[in-house]
Amino acid sequence: MPQHNGSPASIAALMEVGKRYGKLTAVDKLSLDVRQGEILALLGPNGAGKTTSVNLLLGLAQPTTGKVELFGHSPREVAVRRRIGVMLQNAQLGGHARLHEVVGLYSGYYPNPLPPAEVLRTAGLEGLENRPVVKLSGGQKQRLMFALAICGNPELLFLDEPTVGLDVESRRGFWASIRRLREQGRTIVLTTHYLEEADALADRIVVINRGHIVATGTSAEIKSSVAQRHIRCVTRLNAAQIQVLPGVTSVIPDGERLDIIVAQPESLLRELLSLDHTLHDLEVSGAKLEEAFLALTDKHVE
Amino acid sequence: MNTAVIKQWGWRNTLGVYLREAGFQFWGLVRMPGYALPTLLFPTMFYVFFGLIFNHGNGGSAATYMLATFGTFGIMAPSLFGFGVGVAMEREHGILALKRVSPMPPMAYFFAKTAMAMLFALIVVLLLFVLGALFGGVRLPHMEWFTLLLTLIIGTIPFCALGLAVGLHAGGQSSPAIVNLIYLPMSILSGLWVPLQLFPHWLQDFALTLPAYHLAQIGLSVIHMGDGSHFTVHLIYLLVFTAICLRFAQLGWRHIQDR
Repeated sequence: MPQHNGSPASIAALMEVGKRYGKLTAVDKLSLDVRQGEILALLGPNGAGKTTSVNLLLGLAQPTTGKVELFGHSPREVAVRRRIGVMLQNAQLGGHARLHEVVGLYSGYYPNPLPPAEVLRTAGLEGLENRPVVKLSGGQKQRLMFALAICGNPELLFLDEPTVGLDVESRRGFWASIRRLREQGRTIVLTTHYLEEADALADRIVVINRGHIVATGTSAEIKSSVAQRHIRCVTRLNAAQIQVLPGVTSVIPDGERLDIIVAQPESLLRELLSLDHTLHDLEVSGAKLEEAFLALTDKHVE
Repeated sequence: MNTAVIKQWGWRNTLGVYLREAGFQFWGLVRMPGYALPTLLFPTMFYVFFGLIFNHGNGGSAATYMLATFGTFGIMAPSLFGFGVGVAMEREHGILALKRVSPMPPMAYFFAKTAMAMLFALIVVLLLFVLGALFGGVRLPHMEWFTLLLTLIIGTIPFCALGLAVGLHAGGQSSPAIVNLIYLPMSILSGLWVPLQLFPHWLQDFALTLPAYHLAQIGLSVIHMGDGSHFTVHLIYLLVFTAICLRFAQLGWRHIQDR
């Protein structure tokens, strides 16, 4: 729900948060805002500091420096925890309890839980109510974790790598569920190392690498922030000739065509057309998120 | 979002969480044969061997004596394993983290574990009582049956504290080994299987450092089979021991919180 000043209220924030484990700095002076009603994706390679950031937001980790707020309070307050739902990446459910018993137990922690039937429907677990948790498949356990995250009717939902290890079909199903939850007015913080997932779901993406934020914005903004375009064309010029032209990052043969990655496509196009009048099958496109991501995370490799 | 009806949280809800947590633990343990069977079977089996079969025909005095010592042995397992292995496993599997980010009061978790230790202790002790009374010729005044039972149930507390200290420090994989290394040697060295008088003196002295020895002594003095040592000494020892274990547990808990 946007406010009149155009920017929705921030409901969760890391403020200049640093976290060290011994000599290892997991995150460093990280500031980040979660705005009401959005899907925010924390995107980064493994070990970038995504899970640490989520653990800090949840109060599972204590910041070495800086401050963490959820709904304006410490994340360790019970009143705050009643308003959030969490799916942890490393949690492994097991035991002989039946699925509906686990959902019932966790629902009972919250003042206004969702009806069990709705939880099971949203998580795609209908018909498995009486199955012991140990007998669930990996994907079903993942969905049960999701069910436990939403059962308390949370305003703010944290999903740490929710679709890791799922097949493509299950992943799409998950995405649909996550979008429905946002349509209900919930705010969602999601970590992922799948670019496709961040691209498909997130209103805003925060790219994290080595404990730092390297970019923030919509998927389109991040793609354009690295200011790269593709020019594909069939030309008599060879790759080596184009490579030396100003602004060209790389030239890759792609069948008959060449795929040229460039910062300023306009000036390069003028040059190419003046050098080769036969140039045809021309196509100019934006960079993919994946390229932006690689460009952003590579910069910080020392 | 479904915020039309916002229910307030009251003490009844909190009580409900405590009870559901305990119930959930109960069904989890009952359905796990690896826990329930050894916990209930081993003490009763050993009591049958040592207390009833080997010592048959001495008027039930051995069977009575061993009711207190095997009773102590019996209540140690649910406390040590329930906490030591249970907490370590749930910590390693991220279940504890999941509960910590939920609004569950942390005490509900520890309450449930303590309640389960006491419940299984109650079952073991009652099994031993029935066996002793039916087949071992154990005859005690009603009041002594009851105080022995109560002593052993309350006696789970130091072992719950010890188990908790182990569970909050040990890894999930190593915790069963650590608990077994505490449980079995301590049982033997405390004179729970074989009376201490048969041990060399230095081992008898060593027993004074073990909580199982002190609980067994309280149990024996309740049924007037003690060695004449003072009840309060044993009680004070167990209180101090519990306090030390809880302090270690607290350090472990803080370490988890401050990660």
